[in-house]
Amino acid sequence: MELKEKLVSSFLAFENSVDVDAYVHDVRSEAIKVFEEKGFPSKKEEAWKYTSLNKILKEDFSVFPKQENALEYRDVKKYFIHDIDTYKVVFIDGKYSSHLSQTTHDGIDVCLMSAAFSKPKYRLVIENYFNKAATKDSLTSLNTAFSSEGAYIHIPKNKLVEKPIQIIHFSTGNESATMLQPRNLIVVEENSHVQIIERHQSLTSNAVLTNCVTEIFAKKRAIVDYYKIQNDTENASLIDNTFIKQKQESVASVHTFAFGGELIRNNLNFYQEGERIDSILKGVTIIGSKQHVDHNTLVHHIEPNCESHQDYKGIFGESATGVFNGKIIVEKEAQKTNAFQANNNILVSDKATINTKPQLEIFADDVKCSHGCTIGQLDESALFYMQSRGIPKKEAKALLMYAFSNNVLSSVKIPELKQRITKIIANKLGVNIGFDL
Amino acid sequence: MLKINNLHASVEDKGILRGINLEVKPGEVHAIMGPNGSGKSTLASVVAGKEEYEVTEGNIVFDGEDIEELAAEERAHKGVFLSFQYPVEIPGVSVTNFIKTAINESRKARGLEDMPAKDMLKLIREKSELLEIDRKFLSRSLNEGFSGGEKKRNEIFQMAMLEPKLAILDETDSGLDIDALRIVANGVNKLKSKDNAVVVITHYQRLLDYIVPDYVHVLYNGRIVKSGTKELAHELEEKGYDWIKEEVNA
Repeated sequence: MELKEKLVSSFLAFENSVDVDAYVHDVRSEAIKVFEEKGFPSKKEEAWKYTSLNKILKEDFSVFPKQENALEYRDVKKYFIHDIDTYKVVFIDGKYSSHLSQTTHDGIDVCLMSAAFSKPKYRLVIENYFNKAATKDSLTSLNTAFSSEGAYIHIPKNKLVEKPIQIIHFSTGNESATMLQPRNLIVVEENSHVQIIERHQSLTSNAVLTNCVTEIFAKKRAIVDYYKIQNDTENASLIDNTFIKQKQESVASVHTFAFGGELIRNNLNFYQEGERIDSILKGVTIIGSKQHVDHNTLVHHIEPNCESHQDYKGIFGESATGVFNGKIIVEKEAQKTNAFQANNNILVSDKATINTKPQLEIFADDVKCSHGCTIGQLDESALFYMQSRGIPKKEAKALLMYAFSNNVLSSVKIPELKQRITKIIANKLGVNIGFDL
Repeated sequence: MLKINNLHASVEDKGILRGINLEVKPGEVHAIMGPNGSGKSTLASVVAGKEEYEVTEGNIVFDGEDIEELAAEERAHKGVFLSFQYPVEIPGVSVTNFIKTAINESRKARGLEDMPAKDMLKLIREKSELLEIDRKFLSRSLNEGFSGGEKKRNEIFQMAMLEPKLAILDETDSGLDIDALRIVANGVNKLKSKDNAVVVITHYQRLLDYIVPDYVHVLYNGRIVKSGTKELAHELEEKGYDWIKEEVNA
């Protein structure tokens, strides 16, 4: 049976197995209809022109992992940022792992979607926010239809959350190929600040397909820093759909570090619903072999006096392929918008490819919008210069690539996270140098 | 220390060096002069190990070992240093971290541990004072937005840090005003010892008033056509290069 049919036909059984209120039932039933009608996106759609899911969808995925699998902390410690104290919401094959997690209800809620869906005290938040930022495209609808578990984070007014929150999804592959559909909801009320790190990690050579949806609401003057670490195995694919609604004077940033996986598609959407909002989208992509990373961003400027800053760096080796599709919409009312977009790429192999496309739709007449994309190679004269000072070619290349991505890295606000990413990069480039630039 | 025998080198099948012979002993300063396009910078790059140049004949012996097959970094580890005519800008890498990496990679090649941070800082302070380099300058991206003089001073600063046996200074005087020239030359002179050697490549005699050569060679059409002492440099300054060309072509 094709994956689509398998998903659609199992919807009823799934829907009967979970305990949720009427609102969520309605949303889900509506969503499965959308997915049934639209199906998986194909390359005929403009937004999917350079990314094909065909090969991945041929896998015989188990769509509802049944078994409860356990992991020992010492075996997976390396996937955590473990040198600082953090809240942790951890899932194994889509199921919550209380053993690996550290949640809280002490002044803030860092817990589970399954709890939020089923307990009356969360009903109001769910009804006000669940599926209120997510769009009705087919993959998001698919996730909505099957959403039952993920991280639920609610930060009330005037809270500065001092510990970062880690959301980690492990897949063990104990049941062959696995499809996961995590759903995260994050509401940050007025004047509060939170830092979140999200990671999807496969621990198996079996195929894994994750179709994740995260909705983030940043209320007035809230600050949300969100970091995505995508450094998965060669058989794991990720479709990440993130929707961020911002109210006035809020600042939301998303850093996406895409270092691995078979295929990664990031649909990152910002909606500015207030004045003097700042939206920050940054990314570093370093991939090789036949890996594919597609960044599809949208910044929707709706109100006046707002800013957006996009800076994506990509390094592509071997037969890797990359896509950057950055859309900026400036509505007629959104005067005095400052929108910046940069996408710089280095191809280190003749067989690597990048397709980069800025898309600006500007309906206001008093705005500053700029976009620039570059595609280049490593500078040979710089390599010789470095070699002549005693830095071997491999290290010299690594240093140049690191320096290239450094202005994205330098805006990471959690030092331990920055250090970890630096290590992943050094590892990825096969060198052992400190890079403390 | 350095012995170049009948060196022929070409780039993209175009012969540029056509039989260079040169011997440099420890403690000596050699100047290589010559008109534009005579092959001076090519010679410097070939000795330093630039891959684009192909040695088609002859060899380069450094400390008794053929080095023309070695990678540029391996030559650097043995003690060859080239001060670039046009130092390359490397955005995102600070002067300090670049030199740290360079020193520690050289140490790694010699089987040594990284230099302790404290010693590194001390060395950087000492050498930057020698070249009158401001501390703020050290945290800037390497060569990015540097003036001509700053770039050259930074080259000699790196030379001071790396303490090479053989330093080749390729047109180090170009783009320098008189104050910067004095600082750079003073730095080079302070680093000179009986165990190391300097090859100065220059179009003009000006720098040689400050870094006084033991030998002066004239390069023309890929060959050394005349050698002498520092007086030869003065003669070239007065009379230009035309008489050399005439002598060679006669």
